[in-house]
Amino acid sequence: MKNKVSIQSGQVRPAPEDRRGFLKKSLSLTGGAVAALAGASAARAQGDPAILKLPPHSTGLGQPVAARGYGMPSEFEKNLQRRESPGLTRAAQSSVAFAPLQGLFGIITPNGLHFERHHQGWWDIDPRQHRLMIHGLVRESRIYTMDDLMRLPSVSRIHFIECGANTGMEWGNVAVPTVQYTHGMLSCCEFTGVPLSKLLEHCGADTKKGRYVLAEGADGSGLTRTIGMDRALDDVIVAWGMNGEFLRPENGYPLRLVVPGVQGVSWVKWLRRLEVGDKPWDTREETLHYIDLMPDGLHRQYSSVQECKSVITTPSGGQVLLNKGQYNVTGLAWSGRGRVRRVDVSFDGGRNWKEARLENPVLPKALTRFNIDWVWNGGPAILQSRAIDDTGYVQPKIAQLRAVRGTRSIYHNNAIQSWLVAANGEVSNVQVE
Amino acid sequence: MSRLNNARALVFAFAAGICMQAAAQTTKPLYPGVGRAATPAEVAAWDIDVRGDLMGLPPGSGSVAKGEALWEAKCTSCHGSFGESNQMFPPLIGGITPEDIKNGRVAALAKAGEQRSTVMKLSRISTLWDYINRAMPWNAPKSLSADEVYALTAYLLNQGNIVPESFVLSDKNMAEVQARLPNRNGLTRNHGLWDTRGRPDVNAKACMKNCGPEPRITSKLPDHARGSHGDLAEQNRLIGPVRAVGLGGSATVSAAAPVMAATASTDPAQVLAEKSGCMACHNAKQRVIGPAFAEIATKYRADSGAEVKLMTKVKSGGQGVWGNVPMPPFANLQDQDLRTLVRWILKTE
Repeated sequence: MKNKVSIQSGQVRPAPEDRRGFLKKSLSLTGGAVAALAGASAARAQGDPAILKLPPHSTGLGQPVAARGYGMPSEFEKNLQRRESPGLTRAAQSSVAFAPLQGLFGIITPNGLHFERHHQGWWDIDPRQHRLMIHGLVRESRIYTMDDLMRLPSVSRIHFIECGANTGMEWGNVAVPTVQYTHGMLSCCEFTGVPLSKLLEHCGADTKKGRYVLAEGADGSGLTRTIGMDRALDDVIVAWGMNGEFLRPENGYPLRLVVPGVQGVSWVKWLRRLEVGDKPWDTREETLHYIDLMPDGLHRQYSSVQECKSVITTPSGGQVLLNKGQYNVTGLAWSGRGRVRRVDVSFDGGRNWKEARLENPVLPKALTRFNIDWVWNGGPAILQSRAIDDTGYVQPKIAQLRAVRGTRSIYHNNAIQSWLVAANGEVSNVQVE
Repeated sequence: MSRLNNARALVFAFAAGICMQAAAQTTKPLYPGVGRAATPAEVAAWDIDVRGDLMGLPPGSGSVAKGEALWEAKCTSCHGSFGESNQMFPPLIGGITPEDIKNGRVAALAKAGEQRSTVMKLSRISTLWDYINRAMPWNAPKSLSADEVYALTAYLLNQGNIVPESFVLSDKNMAEVQARLPNRNGLTRNHGLWDTRGRPDVNAKACMKNCGPEPRITSKLPDHARGSHGDLAEQNRLIGPVRAVGLGGSATVSAAAPVMAATASTDPAQVLAEKSGCMACHNAKQRVIGPAFAEIATKYRADSGAEVKLMTKVKSGGQGVWGNVPMPPFANLQDQDLRTLVRWILKTE
């Protein structure tokens, strides 16, 4: 396949002498830098200065406890931030910030890096003034304060949330460089709250006639989405907790809906109202947006499920491998229909596949971390991952998706992602057939 | 307490008190002391939704003419005078034909490459009314009266050639307008993606060995888009098995010819450009989302009024000189900073 893959240079970069040296070279290989490296080589004859010369942190007094009442990441980790995709939207209050999947470990998204999507800006709502109203086809319309809700029997469950438009920029062609922008409208947290079924029972919801529940946010957009009653009575949570602390304001503080397996727009933030009804509502986010355009010009309405999907997060687009040899290829897999059963990884663009290791826990409708060893021989390669869920559904290739749904759907692109590793170690986003 | 226990309590009837207690337990409320009944006024205050079948639509009316006046005052800054603007949000109006209104399907939606305006997708009149009522204007949602929402809806419908200029929209004729919507038959729920137990429409197989033909790369990022998402070195960890690629080409090429964003900025104008977000769309030499600064400098070098012209452009945004992607306004920049930036851009070789 080497001959079939077009790569930019074809030259294998000499393996760097050490990793710090390589970084320096890759950024600015000037005459001065070369001289500096030569000097460093001489000094290194005796050993690594990082070992031979004791640093201040080994020879001085460190910081006291509670220097920071709310701990922050290391200064050296500040590159990992959620970021907007330039040119995607023009109003930052109705935009999205992508999670830096390229640098995350395991399955839990740190709260400060959870992706953001707002429709009319976010607010930090006083929880003492927040109310939840449940009405419609119920025995009694009821009001709950946060005090009320937090007295109810609660559950804590780990679930992924993915925007329906995640990977939406890639339906027609490669559009963005890194996994942060191809797949970063994805996060996974442990959510704590009361099952919606308990609240509906408490209000005496007529679940025979009332086949739908409308959820509404308290923000300016008053975002509304319809949820089927079967879903509402299954595993939906009215949640206040997120990874052991309260929800972040950007994620709906103090109350949001958690609708496992379903696209993020239904996880209504700043939740203020639930109405039980006998028909779906056809709100703006159900008739004008979050509808999937099919080749015949029809829009699929209420396309809600996030089907089985996976992506390799390291190595991934915009990164460069340090040198030949051992790598831990790692990524995430998930399914809105249940558990991930298996993840396969290909290093030759989908010709041959190997089963990856799934790390525990493997939970329904949650991110699952996979790992597989790879020895890079310095030649070009195309890395792909393919997830299979416990319904037997196999993550499709982009061509298979396009054959049914065309290229203009925007939403629900769960295609296999391809990362081209060039002979110089550079990884880039490509599509293959 | 079960019914059986209840019956026993009745049979033995040791004491009236026990009997009463048992009866009370059978109707024990769920979660006592939690929540309270909503008052009718509270429900009315929040129950503002209008459903697809027009359930919840309040009485009222508004004319196209009244809607036009309201539109000019409250909506043009984002949507343009006729709802056609693409500056802030996708256009609301455009792309439909009289045939579409007759058929209830917008023909252009079946063609590739057509931009989709709101009116092209609009399949439920309730959606337009409900959304304007709950979320508009952008910076003052829920400030419009029902009559104002009818008027604005009427104005938009008129701009879409769905109702005549003399039209007065009201709760009485919303259903008639629904029957004229150009894409009223354009939605389908016939798919397996609503419920998590639905049936998938794409069925792939998991081949493991010698699968299919040799892979062929069909799409990759063009070189000029390399810097489209900023300096990737600033978006990757300092340690680990990988680093970020440089902006200019492959890792080795970028080392030989570092581009602006990869060098440490000491020029105050460049620091200002980075801080102000210019570099998200612009680069010194290469066209990214916006034009390269060198291109701008070449175009305006001989123009003595360029400085003022470009300062205004940066402050209020613009579109059309370098392509269709609009430049957003940077209204918060002080004149002094604007001047520094523009002079620096115009010096780019």
